[in-house]
Amino acid sequence: MANNKKVIVPIGPYHPLLEEPEFFELYCDGEEVVDIEWIAGYNHRGIEKLSESKHYDQVTFLVERICGICSTSHPIAYCNAVEDLCGIEIPERAKYIRSIIGELERLHSHLLWVGLAGHFLGYNTVFMWAWKYREGILDMFEMITGNRNHYAMLRIGGVRRDIEDQDIPVLKKTLSEVKDKIKMLTEAVLDDPVLAARLKGIGVLKKEDIKNYGAVGPVARASGIDIDVRKDDPYAAYKIVEWKVITTESGDVFDKAVVRLLECFESIKIIEQCLDAIYRKKGEICKEIREIPEGEGIGRHEAPRGEVFHYVRSDGRTTNPVRHKIRAPSYVNIPTFKSSCIGETISDVCIILAGVDPCYCCTERLAVYDKDKKKKIYSFQDLVKKSIEKTEKIKKEIGKEVKLWKKLL
Amino acid sequence: MNLKLKALKKSLWVYHVSAGSCNNCDIEILDLLTPRFDVERFGIVLVGSPRHADVLLCTGIVNKKCLERVKEVYEQTPKPCVVVAVGACACSGGIFRDGYQMAGPLNKIIPVDVYIPGCPPKPESIIAGIVKFLKELK
Repeated sequence: MANNKKVIVPIGPYHPLLEEPEFFELYCDGEEVVDIEWIAGYNHRGIEKLSESKHYDQVTFLVERICGICSTSHPIAYCNAVEDLCGIEIPERAKYIRSIIGELERLHSHLLWVGLAGHFLGYNTVFMWAWKYREGILDMFEMITGNRNHYAMLRIGGVRRDIEDQDIPVLKKTLSEVKDKIKMLTEAVLDDPVLAARLKGIGVLKKEDIKNYGAVGPVARASGIDIDVRKDDPYAAYKIVEWKVITTESGDVFDKAVVRLLECFESIKIIEQCLDAIYRKKGEICKEIREIPEGEGIGRHEAPRGEVFHYVRSDGRTTNPVRHKIRAPSYVNIPTFKSSCIGETISDVCIILAGVDPCYCCTERLAVYDKDKKKKIYSFQDLVKKSIEKTEKIKKEIGKEVKLWKKLL
Repeated sequence: MNLKLKALKKSLWVYHVSAGSCNNCDIEILDLLTPRFDVERFGIVLVGSPRHADVLLCTGIVNKKCLERVKEVYEQTPKPCVVVAVGACACSGGIFRDGYQMAGPLNKIIPVDVYIPGCPPKPESIIAGIVKFLKELK
């Protein structure tokens, strides 16, 4: 890409626009962006490896700290995976409570995104509004779980805390207040002529792009693909309650905003039904699990940004997972930048990058680089080569041993 | 009181350094700017460059990749400056302290003045921590 005619615009890693340390390189020809590079790793914490040294119950707290915004999505997916491994069904009350927490999180995450998007566009009023109304949801969280973020509600086999009967009317009242505010915000955002002029037709992702990159969540739904784990592979209480998947057709940034804002109302619908279902009813909230058998399990959850996937393998002897694999939604959504940013102007790139609601701390991977030669030490080909070499080595060693053994005889 | 410190205390300009955090402390810091907490009434503003900053709010474990960058940001900040470690990760490493990518905690890398523990600390406690420090500053 080292063409003299092109100008490289670096963004990051510490940039006022980004909360998280990220590094983008925009290759520009005049105002137009011709290519984009993304350099990751500033947030890498080695969670998959750490998880192998922790007890199954501790891992729920660890995966919660993968990401602060979708901090209950990862535990839900992880618990689903371990429950799949053990082959157990959780109590019904726990299912409802899991759905309530999951949907409240979607509400706060989507409002957070709307606020940030407004901020990126220079509409600080939207930023202040959205974040002000989000506080109501955080108050609900504090009431149910005791913390504003990182709720620690999930546990293998159910949930950790119950929702008390006396809290439910208060929660419903707060929820209806929040609903009015979101309605006002939605109308204000969607009717604004400046926002429409700024966002419509920008960063368009076609259906083919979504399929090529395997994008998930609101990004895919904005392009007319109704992919949603809650409908496709129901877990928790999503099978029992009434709700629908929101999709739009055009796939530009405006449609992504529409999908997210309308999803908020679906979430409120789900929470209301779940609260009604658990009101004045008693029930178990957690199943006791004594042993994790040998085997492997997968768990999925529709996080605010798309599908979270967890894979857990157990050997049946130790108390730690032997292998824990995590795939966060931003991992597949971020590469769509290659298709949506190229051909746009620099001033639009900011909102396109923000449009997929990227969460870098979920996504971080590690690659080992040689500082002097400036290349990856272990690329895929290198790994294959190493593997072949090891087999050769073992073959030779065994050959030697075989000879030795023959000599001894 | 030193003239520089007196000027520093008037209106704190804050630069936010996120060094391998889970995003949660960062969001609570942004939350400080929004109507419920609104720290701008105390003259505290988030700025876009470390060269304009009086305070560095640092979050996260400081992993091996951003180690150099954090040092660089600290060097660019005009002295005297206040370094605040926000959250359990920046204070001690938290749940990630045994990880292979851990290069921190923050006080191994740059001198830290204020520790605000919590996972994540509530916005109230971030305000309380900074106010407490300002009172102590002489």
